[in-house]
Amino acid sequence: MAMLQRSIVRVGRIDIALSLTVLVLALVLTFSRPAHAMKIEVVKSPGGIQAWLVEAHENPLLALKFSFEGGNSQDPEGKDGVANFVSAMLDEGAGDIQASDFQEQMESLAMRMRYEDSRDAFYGNFETLTQNRDESAKLLKLALTKPRFDQDAVERIRGQLLANLVYADRDPEKVAAKEWFAVAFAGHSYSRPSQGTEATVNAITRDDLEAYRKRIFARSNLKVVAVGDITPEQLGKLLDDVFGDLPEKASLAPVPLTKPAAGGKEKWISMDVPQSVAVFGLPAMPRKDPDFMAAFVLNQLIGGGGFASRLMEEVREKRGLAYSVYSYIQPFRHTSILTGGVATRADAIQQSLDVIRKELKHVADEGPTPTEFENAKKYLIGSYALRFDTNSKIASQLLGLLEDDFGPEYIDNRNKMIEAITLDDAKRVAKRLLDTDNMIVTIVGQPATATADKKG
Amino acid sequence: MHSPGVSRLLIWVASIMLAIVPSQIQAQPRTSEFKLANGMQVVVIPDHRAPVVTHMVWYKVGAADEPKGVSGIAHFLEHLMFKSTDKIPLGEFSKIVARLGGNDNAFTGHDVTSYFQRISKDRLETVMEMEADRMVNLKLTEKEVLTERDVILEERRSRIENNPAAIMDEQMNAALYYSHPYGIPVIGWEHEMAKLSPKDAMTFYKHFYAPNNAVLVVAGDVTAEEVKALAEKTYGKIPANPQVGATRERPQDPPQRAARRVEYSDPRAGKASFHRDYVVPSYTTAKPGEAEALDLLMKIAADGATSRIYKRLVVEEKIASSAGGSYSGSGLDSGSISLYAVAAKPSDLPKIEASIDKVLEELRDNGVTDAELTRAKSSYIADYIYENDDQASLARRYGWGLALGRTVAQIEGWPDAISKVTGDDIKRVANTYLDIRRSVTGYLTPSPEAGAHAEQPASKSRS
Repeated sequence: MAMLQRSIVRVGRIDIALSLTVLVLALVLTFSRPAHAMKIEVVKSPGGIQAWLVEAHENPLLALKFSFEGGNSQDPEGKDGVANFVSAMLDEGAGDIQASDFQEQMESLAMRMRYEDSRDAFYGNFETLTQNRDESAKLLKLALTKPRFDQDAVERIRGQLLANLVYADRDPEKVAAKEWFAVAFAGHSYSRPSQGTEATVNAITRDDLEAYRKRIFARSNLKVVAVGDITPEQLGKLLDDVFGDLPEKASLAPVPLTKPAAGGKEKWISMDVPQSVAVFGLPAMPRKDPDFMAAFVLNQLIGGGGFASRLMEEVREKRGLAYSVYSYIQPFRHTSILTGGVATRADAIQQSLDVIRKELKHVADEGPTPTEFENAKKYLIGSYALRFDTNSKIASQLLGLLEDDFGPEYIDNRNKMIEAITLDDAKRVAKRLLDTDNMIVTIVGQPATATADKKG
Repeated sequence: MHSPGVSRLLIWVASIMLAIVPSQIQAQPRTSEFKLANGMQVVVIPDHRAPVVTHMVWYKVGAADEPKGVSGIAHFLEHLMFKSTDKIPLGEFSKIVARLGGNDNAFTGHDVTSYFQRISKDRLETVMEMEADRMVNLKLTEKEVLTERDVILEERRSRIENNPAAIMDEQMNAALYYSHPYGIPVIGWEHEMAKLSPKDAMTFYKHFYAPNNAVLVVAGDVTAEEVKALAEKTYGKIPANPQVGATRERPQDPPQRAARRVEYSDPRAGKASFHRDYVVPSYTTAKPGEAEALDLLMKIAADGATSRIYKRLVVEEKIASSAGGSYSGSGLDSGSISLYAVAAKPSDLPKIEASIDKVLEELRDNGVTDAELTRAKSSYIADYIYENDDQASLARRYGWGLALGRTVAQIEGWPDAISKVTGDDIKRVANTYLDIRRSVTGYLTPSPEAGAHAEQPASKSRS
């Protein structure tokens, strides 16, 4: 398999190239991009900002991805949706440039700049053509350091966010997911609606947006990855230009570690839709738990592997109950969950959930079959290379590693870790992971009352 | 106001100095194109950055080729293609691909059906053997077909029935075409889907799935020579079907002579919204340069926050929370233009309609500005360069074009053709095609909701 024929040139060896003229520190580490060498350089700018760089000069493009730890779990009480609001405001004018001029300049430069918030981080996504890199970087810097938050733009975006909420409140999948977090993490910031509610979005002021930006956009919680047509020296300068003026320290409110509520819960949300939607979830191992990788393989064969997974086989292929049924492991910074979903006509939703519970319980009791276990490992090992075939995908992968405090060597070790998991490991971890008594389920649809009370 | 003079200068500098022109596309992939003896077209797009390939087979058949009354059969067959052959046991196709470390899927449109795998390059031969095998050796049983029919009915519920905006789209589309099957949804009408049979699927399959009705696209870490050898060993062994491939004849529409209106009210609509669709030429039906002019016209009129419609309705008049639109030029028999706006309040719909009509009238009367045109061209040409980063996007670009009968030269000549469009060209297509008689106007409005479910969930928790 390609993934196994590694051409590791110099794992663990550190080359320090110190250029006196530009003072860029670059630690050059070469890792396999399965079978092809992919060189990850750890660049430190003259101003002390660190980033991972993969040089790729085939196309005149640069992808820069960065994150500020914090995300929407840092939204102040009563102001749920601030992070999301900020993410929509950063191309609405900055410095002396008002919103429409700013957007026209972005378009003229063909630069791409998008922001999004997750529970744990605020993400920036920046892409530029080489020929416009310097001009684009100026706009990026302005957006991060001097967004205008003009009242007119604030009200315009507020209108869009409120419209999004109206749509989201009528989208059964979104409602089921939102309610799942509310039930699972009651009392914790993870329980709060990440896009806010009508009341909280209406309560957010310009000052709240600026306060969030000042608290969260800092160098201490910044992670940066660059992939594309740029040298370490050029990147060092760009890092200082763009991020150098940010405050040194972020001011993060502490977020306690948490676990989904125990004991198993089922919540119905009545909505007049032809197809019911359910979200289910269980506590899972944290990212750094020694059993995390085994849980990851288990998820693959349970519901993470599309047609090669049990839930798809039992719910869709054998019974035709649903078009979509899936699961995934989501390790947050302060908790970790195995979650999934299914959408089925109203009179079959309980049957679908019964099948899902039965399959999870079966894997917990008996473990996976040797064949499905080996197949899941084969897929995960063989497909790792597919995550590294575009600049932008490489940047996402590397940013994820940085956020989880892994080093670049993770890429080389990752498949070995999966290879090393034994069937016995998987059986042991399945018992630990798949405790269906603690499953939390939220269902949106027309309650078929006869079936709603049947199970407990 | 904050120093508008400075900003305007900046824009001017930007548009003069930083215009992006096609000659700067240094990264044009070097594609090779050839035909197998049985008539199957092949395109190879080398990309040696990672040891992976994207393998796609595009059939020149889609929902618009379905017989009347069996809507959804093209898409249903696409699902059934994952069942079995003599060599591949039931339901094993995707599982084999997964064991080999690959991802696979398929999609169906009105004009094309496409199957693809993304996989390590040393597995290319295996997936080519498997894809070639199911091109002609598919086996179906009654039970498999009926179970899968339940799946597509659930898919319809997920995509359409649970989503008032999708229901509205379906209704608008049905009104936009008189006779042409583009008016029938790709997934099918529910009552016709519910009757689809194994025989319907097999008849469709036997007629349309043949090497001389297909295009093979391989992008990634391969050479044309490697692909040629493998293609001859696999697809090359399948005989052509002389019944298919020469021309694609679908019922065509008469001239559009009257503007149509659709009103749909749904308790789950959420916000009131305005919709407008026009029938216009596509890249395959337009006179030279017209499709490119329509593309640029719609970029300037309706794409994003810099567009005329967004600025007028959202920024200045504040009657819409969002507004936009696009040109879709990838249809074999026609293209379309779509516009929408989400009303700040339901009573604003007529104002929104008048305002959009005013923006379109200004475009017909005065065309676009040079600054707008330069910006729009730069943006499109840059999109084309950005796309070169992704072999899967490249495979789609070539596969779709060739399946519609365009040539590699036409596909790769797109940035150049875009750069040649003038302001006059845009004004001309605006006057010819933004004609209300070629359009359907839609109002989607929320009707009173049965219960205030979303705000106050009627729920119960149990342990």
